Amino acid sequence: MKAFRSPNRNAGARPARAIAVLVVVALALAGCASAKQSTSSAGAGAFKPVTQDASAKITVWTDSTRLPEVQQYQKLHPSAKLNIVTYDGGADGSTYLQSKIQLFDRAGKGWPDVVFGSPTDVTWASQPTNPSAVPFAAPLDESLVPKATLDNFAKGSLSPCQYNGHTYCMRNDIAQVVLWYNKTLLDGWGYQVPTTWPEYQALGLKIAKEHPGYLVGAVGDTNSQESYFWSSQCPAFQLTDPTTLRVNLQDPRCTRTASLLDSLISAKAVSTQGFFSQGFAKDSASKVAMAYGPSWYGQYLFNAAFKTPAGQIAAAAPLTWPGDSSPATGNVGGGLWMISSHSANLKAATDVVTWLTTSDANQGSAPTYPAYGPAAKTWLANPVNKKYFATDISSVFQQAANEVWTGWSNTKFSDATAWSSIVLPGLTSGKSLTSLLPSWQKAISNEAKVNGYKVTNQ
Amino acid sequence: MTLVAFQPTSKGAPSRRGVKPRREGGIASYFFVAGYTVLLVAFGIFPTCYAIYLAFTNDRGQFAGVNQFSKVARDYRFLPAFENIAVYLVMWLVLLVVMTVLAAVALRSWVRPGMSSLLRFLFYLPGALAGVASVLVWLFMLDPDVSPAGKLLRALGDNSFAATLNPSHLPVIFVLIAFWTGAGGWIVVMYGALNNIPDEVLEAARMDGAGRWQTARQIQIPMIRKWITYMSILAFAAGTQLFIEPQLLQTASLGRVSSTWSPNQLAYVYAFQQGDFNGAAAISIFLLVLGLACAGVLVTRSALFKLEDQ
Repeated sequence: MKAFRSPNRNAGARPARAIAVLVVVALALAGCASAKQSTSSAGAGAFKPVTQDASAKITVWTDSTRLPEVQQYQKLHPSAKLNIVTYDGGADGSTYLQSKIQLFDRAGKGWPDVVFGSPTDVTWASQPTNPSAVPFAAPLDESLVPKATLDNFAKGSLSPCQYNGHTYCMRNDIAQVVLWYNKTLLDGWGYQVPTTWPEYQALGLKIAKEHPGYLVGAVGDTNSQESYFWSSQCPAFQLTDPTTLRVNLQDPRCTRTASLLDSLISAKAVSTQGFFSQGFAKDSASKVAMAYGPSWYGQYLFNAAFKTPAGQIAAAAPLTWPGDSSPATGNVGGGLWMISSHSANLKAATDVVTWLTTSDANQGSAPTYPAYGPAAKTWLANPVNKKYFATDISSVFQQAANEVWTGWSNTKFSDATAWSSIVLPGLTSGKSLTSLLPSWQKAISNEAKVNGYKVTNQ
Repeated sequence: MTLVAFQPTSKGAPSRRGVKPRREGGIASYFFVAGYTVLLVAFGIFPTCYAIYLAFTNDRGQFAGVNQFSKVARDYRFLPAFENIAVYLVMWLVLLVVMTVLAAVALRSWVRPGMSSLLRFLFYLPGALAGVASVLVWLFMLDPDVSPAGKLLRALGDNSFAATLNPSHLPVIFVLIAFWTGAGGWIVVMYGALNNIPDEVLEAARMDGAGRWQTARQIQIPMIRKWITYMSILAFAAGTQLFIEPQLLQTASLGRVSSTWSPNQLAYVYAFQQGDFNGAAAISIFLLVLGLACAGVLVTRSALFKLEDQ
């Protein structure tokens, strides 16, 4: 400041010095390297296992649902040396596993040998987290798991596991979306089970009018978008190539679902709370006439959370949109198992994962629908898995498993974050789903860009 | 704590004007500070230098100038996070300063001694809970279905946990949590500071006809100004680093609270989800500069470290 005010003796020297400083700064900046993260050349080099030790103890990270299965493995294989650790399993968009692997990669040690995870986890685990790191997940198709075993998984169920021509995980279960309904209620009221979305909407409005308080769905869960928008083939998370994400929520296949839900929300037939939100089971469990959601709703939601008595709940085939050429449905979760490429005992690790995902002994009585074809047959033949329901769910589950739409891609970020942090608070404060589509699209696009995707909104 | 260091100065030890205060202690004093210095270097100075190094380089170790800073500043989550923290800080600092000073003055001069110590204990109690535990308490407080204040929440229109966690409510919620856990400790500190004011001064004020309010405004508060400054600096620094509260609410609300609500969370996401430790370091440098600037202004404006009484 002073320099400008006082007629200075060496006033001429000052601008010169300022220019010199500017030049130096400019030169320094010009010589600066980019702040962009290095993109690792994908799948560089073949997988090289570390020195193997057939007697090494292996660490298994599992979610609490799968814990009894791992303990069962230990019981049946007393000689296997396992260190079993429970963690949240990547549910609800948790990034615990990713954070930990980032740290282990930097420390150069500490990796678990076997982990349970979500489809999102494979997208980063199949690539190095930094230029000097090795991708966390080992390619299973190279020498660990026979091709015949991998070929037996349900059609498309291993696609979240595949990257650059290799398979990096074994799918534990698939979570095909079906129409759940309370047969006792609908029969008592004399209603037909809907088979198309317009029928579902009409029935929802009718129930709202004739039996106020009863619900035909809820959109407030972190995964409701997968039940509704995925089923409608809405291009919200569509990878047109491995680095380009198509996010177009103004597509008619998105807006039709949004306006359908808006009409049911304003009629109070669809709740903006989540089935799994605090207080829902206590207040509204007995009021759920229909629910559009994954195959695990039967046991987890109706049986365990809502405590609906056996013999009331039934499942119907996914709803269709008039004019759509092929039937489609969504998929909500469906866990998977990965093996660490750093494991010193790949043989033992592979044995655990193979037993967990493909054996009849485990999957035949698993709490969720198996992704492994032969195990799914055993599961459906097991009366324990079906006795809770009012009708035989076998054909519905099998049909839906083959109808999961493949245009909802697995991205490096969870599809739950934008939905939960932008759309759900908006719905809670009374905005319509249709009015929230633009901000949802913006949130997904932003998130995709920071994760290195090119985004197209067309 | 650090507070101890101020006490001799404000006690008004007879100082010789114009002469530098003598500091004696010899080797013993070095010994006393050695333990702290070692920890400070290992867990304070070294990580800071490492963060500065990371912020000016990229993940290939090349010098990146200010590119990391401009990269994170252009991030779509950067401005919202700093806006959130700014709203939170203004509310938190004003509430903290006004309420703790008022409470301390009231406890020191207006309340009977027995009652005063009981209240001090009660105010301090929530602060004894560890940070995470206190947030868990609030998870219950904010859910109208289980909260003892459920009626109040419903009266405010929050009929569910999700409604309570409306994005516009979040700064207020975090201020409440921070005040509930942090203010008690500061009330005790301010009370201690007020105790340092010699009784003769208060006696003189009373003889001159000063009432309670006048004594508080003209005598007590000006005489504990340095403590207030000190509290503001620490509260500002702690406030800019808000992390546990939004992070836990994010998990508990199943993602309704953004995972990048505060700048510290954004840095966390940078480091552990995007694997970009350099970008995370750049955000932490922004916070460091902010904290230093605020401390610098407050220290110079209040003459916090001037040794002699005027």
